[in-house]
Amino acid sequence: MGIESENKEIEKNLRDIARNLLQEKKVDAILGYSKGTAPLSTSPIIIRHIDEVNKLIWNNLCYMNLAKYLVPRIPQLKSPKGEDLKIGIIAKGCVGRALIHLNVEKQLNLDNIKIIGISCNGIVNRKRIEREIGEKEIFEVSTSENNIMIKGKDFEKKFSFDEYINELCKVCKVKSPPKDSELEDIFIGESREMKSIDDDFSDLKEFESKSPEEKWQYIKELLEPCIRCYACREACPMCYCNLCFVDQNKPIWFGKTTDLSDIIIFHLVRAMHLAGRCVACGACSSVCPMGIDLNMITRKLEKLVKERFNFTSGLNSKFLPPMMAYNMEDDEEFMLEEN
Amino acid sequence: MTIQAEKEKKIKEWEPKIIAFLCNWCSYAGADLAGVSRIQYPPNIRVVRVPCSGRVNPYFIIKSLTDGWDGVVISGCHPGDCHYLTGNLVARRRFAILKELLEFFGIDPGRVNFMWVSAAEGERFAVLIRKATKIVKELGPNKKFEKKW
Repeated sequence: MGIESENKEIEKNLRDIARNLLQEKKVDAILGYSKGTAPLSTSPIIIRHIDEVNKLIWNNLCYMNLAKYLVPRIPQLKSPKGEDLKIGIIAKGCVGRALIHLNVEKQLNLDNIKIIGISCNGIVNRKRIEREIGEKEIFEVSTSENNIMIKGKDFEKKFSFDEYINELCKVCKVKSPPKDSELEDIFIGESREMKSIDDDFSDLKEFESKSPEEKWQYIKELLEPCIRCYACREACPMCYCNLCFVDQNKPIWFGKTTDLSDIIIFHLVRAMHLAGRCVACGACSSVCPMGIDLNMITRKLEKLVKERFNFTSGLNSKFLPPMMAYNMEDDEEFMLEEN
Repeated sequence: MTIQAEKEKKIKEWEPKIIAFLCNWCSYAGADLAGVSRIQYPPNIRVVRVPCSGRVNPYFIIKSLTDGWDGVVISGCHPGDCHYLTGNLVARRRFAILKELLEFFGIDPGRVNFMWVSAAEGERFAVLIRKATKIVKELGPNKKFEKKW
């Protein structure tokens, strides 16, 4: 079955389920994706009435991680009386992971959340396509068989789907939300309980074998275009602090310039904050206006916690994230010793 | 003396500046003991006293490097001896991730050194500081983060 027909079927099921849930008053609102206003994009949408259900879509451009809208930092939906609404959330694999991890961090009110899990076959790397098309105007984006078709003024281009999806989606092992005892869900397609992911991180090997100087050069070139707009932070479901460390100004924690030293601090400290928490959804790279692809850092974080603490975030509510715990028997080969 | 020779001499005579975050309950007292016992150790370190190694935010370390310090030393109590019971155990996990992350970014991980020193180990403190200073000295001045503006 082609990607297109698969998506169409999911979309149809999605609308049916949403309609049923709204009709039976099991949820008050559905959080999903709708057609975007710009090419190569989709917008998140909140649906409250049955007649709006047809606005829901599902395709390979649904890059947003909707779990972001359920964390306390974002003002939550309320009824006119001021009560919390019951929300049905459309969840691809990484949204499911984010929800499970947010639950571990006690950020969600699970009574008010219903997950509609769907199986995702990869999100298009829109920044890469935008870069290759350049300044030309895009009218239409569609998928047919194994290609992404881009139509625009005076041109038509074909991109191979397997090649032009996010780097993180290429190695993704959690296509649909993992089953978790604490979260209530409805599934389109299959879902299974997961304890760990088998991953050899072979995509990192090439970079890790480089010399420090080459690594620095690569990271420098990668991050230099950063304009510190913090779109990556805003899109990240795990960045929910009320006051981010970069926004603290009493005292001013760090410089506000786009000089390389400040950029490196931002990305290094953000990486530290996401260690053992990042769910590898790739939303940060998808929203970056400068097209910086942060997938390498994401993968490295995943590898670090996997190898050191044998933990993968967002698979099961029962496991405590490594940075929230401690153990007497941790490895300490990196400590300085006398001999 | 030619300019070249002068330059070489400058490099040879260069001494690293190292910022040391020492735990109030052990390493700070350990450093004190080293001083009282008249054990020689390199004068390259500048000490910042912190209540616990768990107080050291990874940000402090990265900020020190970008502010031009050539090396960073973080020293706390041995695992199990923490005044706050688990502060150093939590810190250890953080440091493990940070060190590997620095390496991944291509920043010499040798610039950041972690050590356990108790209040009774003045000799050990001196030895480890000597060792850390040697490592940083071999790496040379920290030039990667020079702020242009």
